[in-house]
Amino acid sequence: MALSQEEVLVGLAAIVTDETGIATEAIQLDKSFTDDLDIDSISMMTIVVNAEDKFDVKIPDEEVKNLLTVGDAVNYITKAQG
Amino acid sequence: MGILEGKKILITGVLTEASIAFSVAKLAQEQGAEVILSSFGRMLPITTKISERLPKTAPVIELDATSQDDLDALSGRIKQHFDSIDGIVHAIAFAPQTALGGNFLETPWSDVSTAVEVSAYSLKSITVAAKPVLNNPSSIVGLTFDATVSWPVYDWMGVAKAAFESTSRYLARYLGKDGIRVNLISAGPLRTTAAKGIPGFATMEELWTDRAPLGWDLTNTETAARGIIALLSDWFPATTGEMIHVDGGMHSTGA
Repeated sequence: MALSQEEVLVGLAAIVTDETGIATEAIQLDKSFTDDLDIDSISMMTIVVNAEDKFDVKIPDEEVKNLLTVGDAVNYITKAQG
Repeated sequence: MGILEGKKILITGVLTEASIAFSVAKLAQEQGAEVILSSFGRMLPITTKISERLPKTAPVIELDATSQDDLDALSGRIKQHFDSIDGIVHAIAFAPQTALGGNFLETPWSDVSTAVEVSAYSLKSITVAAKPVLNNPSSIVGLTFDATVSWPVYDWMGVAKAAFESTSRYLARYLGKDGIRVNLISAGPLRTTAAKGIPGFATMEELWTDRAPLGWDLTNTETAARGIIALLSDWFPATTGEMIHVDGGMHSTGA
């Protein structure tokens, strides 16, 4: 069953925390991956691959550059679940 | 029966499903080969995850082509999985941002040397490091972006690729007596992670889509991968020191 936006945020935040050590509560929808969370391209790739597995979605490479904020990623994943 | 039936191949450079090397690994397995992937550092967990998306999950060994420790350990790490191998796919390259994107006249030697070491010298270092486990015959295949001419924005990576192409010819010279063939595929531009790191890459994309006689699909890595599979197979038994264009015919046009 498709997860809600809130559930996707919780799951995605756990992945980001695993990769970067950033406190889960700091990972909010309005945060920019690069400007606020200081996530580099390799960490972003790791997060994307883990999110694809966890949520059973595909996030094409050309889409990743459009995912500027945590909210962008949460919205994309929520929709991609169908 | 596939054209790589029974062969064992080391494939470097698998990072995402958009990697040319991923397409090579997938096709190689479909053609009957067993493959082993290499990766290093923070990319190792990504490659390990992506390996699970192959038809059959492949083992991943650590190989930083600039680490003498990793090179010294390479044959041993391969032997943990296969007694010997029949081929290597070289699909790694790197240049610091200062070496790309129109900064050619300002790039310091330290950044150029990094590009040459990772992108050109590594063909020699990996091949020689794996030589104790390479069968006779075997096939080394690398990926280049035709460096016989200059390109917009490619800059010192173009110079590094010219060194890479020359390195392949010298390896072919020195290793022919051991039955080791060394060849390159010169592919057109593909939207891989490597390409995304090149500022202004779109300039080259347009050249291809406008001019290649066969046309060119910027997202289809399988075309280049098929060329690599052919060179890994027994169907090019007397070809070495060669560079085969898989570029929609772009190299053959003047305008």
